[in-house]
Amino acid sequence: MIAFIARRIGIVIVSLLGASIAVFTVLNLLPGSPAQVILGQQATPQAIKQLTAQLGLNKPVWRQYVDWIGGLSHGSFGLSYISHQPIGSQISQALTVTGPVILFAMAVGIVIALPLGLFGALRNGKLTGTLAGVISQIGIAIPVVVGGLLLVIVFAVETHVFPSSGFPGWSQPFQALRSLVLPSVTLGVVEGAVLSRYVRASVLDQLRSDYLRTARAKGLKTRQALWRHGLRNAMIPLVTVVGLELASLVVGAIVVENVFELPGIGSLLLNAVNNRDLLTVQDIAMLVAATVLVLNLLVDVSYRLLDPRLRNTA
Amino acid sequence: MSQSPAEDTHRSGSGSQLGKAPAGEAGVPGVSGTRGVSGVAEASGVRDAAEFADGVGLVVESDGSEGRAEVRRSRWRLWLRNPSLVIGGTIVAIVVVVALLSLVWTPYAPNAVNPAIRLAGPSASHLLGTDEYGRDVLSRLMASAQVTLYVGVISVLIAVGVGVPAGLLAAQRSGFVSQLVLRIADIVYGFPALLAAIVLAAAIGASKTTVTLAVGIAYIPVFVRVTRSNALVVLSSEYVLAARAYGRRPLAILRRHVVPNIATTMIAQMSLLFSLAVLAEAALDYLGLGTTAPTASWGTMLQDGQNYLGNDVLLTIWPSLAVFICVLGFSLLGEGISETRDARSRR
Repeated sequence: MIAFIARRIGIVIVSLLGASIAVFTVLNLLPGSPAQVILGQQATPQAIKQLTAQLGLNKPVWRQYVDWIGGLSHGSFGLSYISHQPIGSQISQALTVTGPVILFAMAVGIVIALPLGLFGALRNGKLTGTLAGVISQIGIAIPVVVGGLLLVIVFAVETHVFPSSGFPGWSQPFQALRSLVLPSVTLGVVEGAVLSRYVRASVLDQLRSDYLRTARAKGLKTRQALWRHGLRNAMIPLVTVVGLELASLVVGAIVVENVFELPGIGSLLLNAVNNRDLLTVQDIAMLVAATVLVLNLLVDVSYRLLDPRLRNTA
Repeated sequence: MSQSPAEDTHRSGSGSQLGKAPAGEAGVPGVSGTRGVSGVAEASGVRDAAEFADGVGLVVESDGSEGRAEVRRSRWRLWLRNPSLVIGGTIVAIVVVVALLSLVWTPYAPNAVNPAIRLAGPSASHLLGTDEYGRDVLSRLMASAQVTLYVGVISVLIAVGVGVPAGLLAAQRSGFVSQLVLRIADIVYGFPALLAAIVLAAAIGASKTTVTLAVGIAYIPVFVRVTRSNALVVLSSEYVLAARAYGRRPLAILRRHVVPNIATTMIAQMSLLFSLAVLAEAALDYLGLGTTAPTASWGTMLQDGQNYLGNDVLLTIWPSLAVFICVLGFSLLGEGISETRDARSRR
């Protein structure tokens, strides 16, 4: 088990290095110097040279890369090219918005997915079961943008129940929570549709298994057998899926923040792209990639902890 | 009756099919192992004896041309009985027809501005109304289908063109090469399409090409994994062992046995990916990282529409519906293909 974890961590580190090289290369292949972009067309060559030196961009490329990675590994994200503020504190500020959105969304998703998936599995082959399948198929086909805008139309434009955009800050906890409701529900509904298909497939799998047939043969009703024996087994693959889907929620949050104008990671990233604030783009891209990789690692490890049958395999 | 044995006979005539059909049937476990729309549990499940007999029955039946025609007919019946396939196929056909039609005809020029009738609701002359510049919404919706299909087709081709050969390589070679391919795929996989597109847009600017490249590259790992896992099953079958013993070269085995056996699964996967590409494209255009104004696309129409939610909700509803229906069509089609392929999902 320890050897397994050590090997997986090794893989994560190598993957992170690969990703960092890819991000750095793509962003530094860009024609034209960042200093030129920041100062605009009117800037004198003198000023551009000065700013380039100030940003550390006159150093050799490998040196810039090493400095960047060295900084990141110490938790130092550097200063924004544009605002000259520490990127690290901007990111942690943004995370206080993005983090809750993702967690609420996953909670909404699970609350939707468990009953819908269970129902679909127990009624498999019957009309109601097919209906559950159709509902989840429709949920999956709703793009986050579309779902968000529809919720805005219904709950903000037409009825004013929730604000359509903006975030007042956590100093007003109630207002803040209220403005996170629509974004979280938007992400959560789509997530619930995706997850419900996994729940259904996983429960169906158990329903068809030999041990459940035995349980039914000795007199348990399908529901009882599933409740006592099947659900625990059915939940194992779902841990994987929830972990992987958390990663996709991180990405979904980028879109949803834009729809609802929330000051989260997504807005920070998009503003940085529009302002050519390349270091911020680099940092956030690495942060998201690292989150995805670490989530995958945790999923792999938890998978083994939950399923004793896998514990001793390499 | 399962499609796989029928298909195998259809392709290879009489001879080895009796040995091949059951192996191919057990062989390709749906599209498990991919993220998103496909199911987890397709990997297991017991095949009905009746279905199996049915499959073998088809194989026996298909000796000679009469049987072959019968196979073809029964395959059509199988397809037409699958609602996902029929509905999905119809929607996709409509989207393609609309895109092609918009190349030669739209009610108005999609970019023709007419301030006199800006934000006019639906009317006889403008069926879906006009937007904030007085452009005809229906014409813009139609023209957007081109963008969607373009991005979808090219990005899926990128993903398949790189992913399938890499997956086959990883399946064929064990050890270092396989590990290397999988690790690289993992690194790319850690990079979601949207993030890749944002980084690319920061480097080379927002455009249709940015979106296409980003989506295509981001989905390469999916194809690497699905191809590899499906190919591994085929490669471990007894008829491949026989072919090896017979002296067939690895490339010939891939071409004659592996590729035909995984082709349907791959096509289903392509359709599912297409739906994800449509989603990604709409999101990226909406974020301003893809198609740039004034070119019409559903994503940019959503972005424009959001500014006029207070004036005209319909401006947002139309492109929303278009994206939704298109995504639904492609994912149903993919679902349908893999259902008819995979006997286990029919009960």
